[in-house]
Amino acid sequence: MIPAPFTYHRPQSLDKAIDLLAQHGEGARVVAGGHSLIPMMKLRLAKPEHLVDLQELSELRGIRGESSALIIGAMTTQHELIGSELLAARCPIIRETSLLIADPQVRYCGTLGGNVANGDPGNDMPAVMMALGATYRVKGPHRERDIPARGFYQGAYSTALQEGEILVAVSIPMPADRHGYAYEKQKRKVGDYATAAAAVTLTMLGGACTSAAIALTNVADTPLFAKDAGEALVGSGAGEAAITEAVRRAQSITSPPADGRGPVDFRVHIAGVMVRRAIARAKQRVG
Amino acid sequence: MAKTRIMLKVNNRDVETLAEPRMLLIHLLREQLGITGPHIGCDTSHCGACTVDMNGKSVKSCTVFAVQANGAQIITIEGLAAADGTLHPLQEAFREHHGLQCGFCTPGMITRAYRLLQENPHPSEAEIRFGISGNLCRCTGYQTIVRAIHAAAECMNSAKEAAE
Repeated sequence: MIPAPFTYHRPQSLDKAIDLLAQHGEGARVVAGGHSLIPMMKLRLAKPEHLVDLQELSELRGIRGESSALIIGAMTTQHELIGSELLAARCPIIRETSLLIADPQVRYCGTLGGNVANGDPGNDMPAVMMALGATYRVKGPHRERDIPARGFYQGAYSTALQEGEILVAVSIPMPADRHGYAYEKQKRKVGDYATAAAAVTLTMLGGACTSAAIALTNVADTPLFAKDAGEALVGSGAGEAAITEAVRRAQSITSPPADGRGPVDFRVHIAGVMVRRAIARAKQRVG
Repeated sequence: MAKTRIMLKVNNRDVETLAEPRMLLIHLLREQLGITGPHIGCDTSHCGACTVDMNGKSVKSCTVFAVQANGAQIITIEGLAAADGTLHPLQEAFREHHGLQCGFCTPGMITRAYRLLQENPHPSEAEIRFGISGNLCRCTGYQTIVRAIHAAAECMNSAKEAAE
């Protein structure tokens, strides 16, 4: 398959990349790892006239810990997320999720920024970032701003990112030391998008749940932050009754399409199963 | 559409060529450079038959533009055997352990296994299976491939110990 023609740019700085987007307007697209965009270009579902390759922008790479947050550069690959000792120690749900994305070859290329900014409801990281309460730092020609992950997704491939803006980094509030976490994903085979998946983070104190966040992947045209579902756990011992209520609330906001991954009822059911398992495992992991 | 000058190191040889930006790396390798080891299987980044090593990473060359690889070091199956024709331990092990039947997936499979063993010289069976999960084989059922990679790892490790 051969994509439509385009002009290729490989800027050496972020400012230059932003200039190129400003200059070429809606005909320009940035490419990070390319493993969502290039397949779309081969199918001619995407036909950018100018492709702005971000691979040289080292300022967009790397993982660092600040006192109150973890900052991950947008061009950091899934492979690098998996290998990060800092993330394994402080925010292991990221490693757990990365290992469920695509396959080894794709993970060498695929980036966190691409995964969260593309707006594909099948991507796994957006729900995780919603559960973690992450914010996205984006930069355009005139300003830099932060957008909460929970308010970023507007529809399939439609996000709060405006024309000319580039996602620079993801900022994750430092998770509590002994938090529980789990990303549960059902997929048909290696490399598949989720039939349904759930991200859960929670904290417990003296047997009571003190905070909980739940988010869902690929059961609507955007990732879903299941606020009410998380609240069903808070104040309880995260026992059977509270989990059942959380599952019910999470399922109530889903609206998956019927497709090769199953009919609607099945996918809603699986979403519930994923939420249930993720809560159980997160609870088990509380330190 | 204007062509771009592309410089690569392929199997330790400097290559300079011209390509349209939309040309995929797999097409550049196969059609322009005559390096036909990497195959086009699915053309949708699922099957792994087009796997090559790019700057120390296994990549599916059907999902990389040649211009993105400009300046990169590429290793394909053609670059694994020694200059005198001695097969790489992985190639030897695939032959010995029947790690292939039709052979279509083999160049991608071995090139991927090469990087896997560079990163993890003592993989468990589970790690081998996980490490090659981006490469599909429709013949072997993978058993003999896993066995071959395991055998190659042992062979490479004992050669390394002997050298030390």
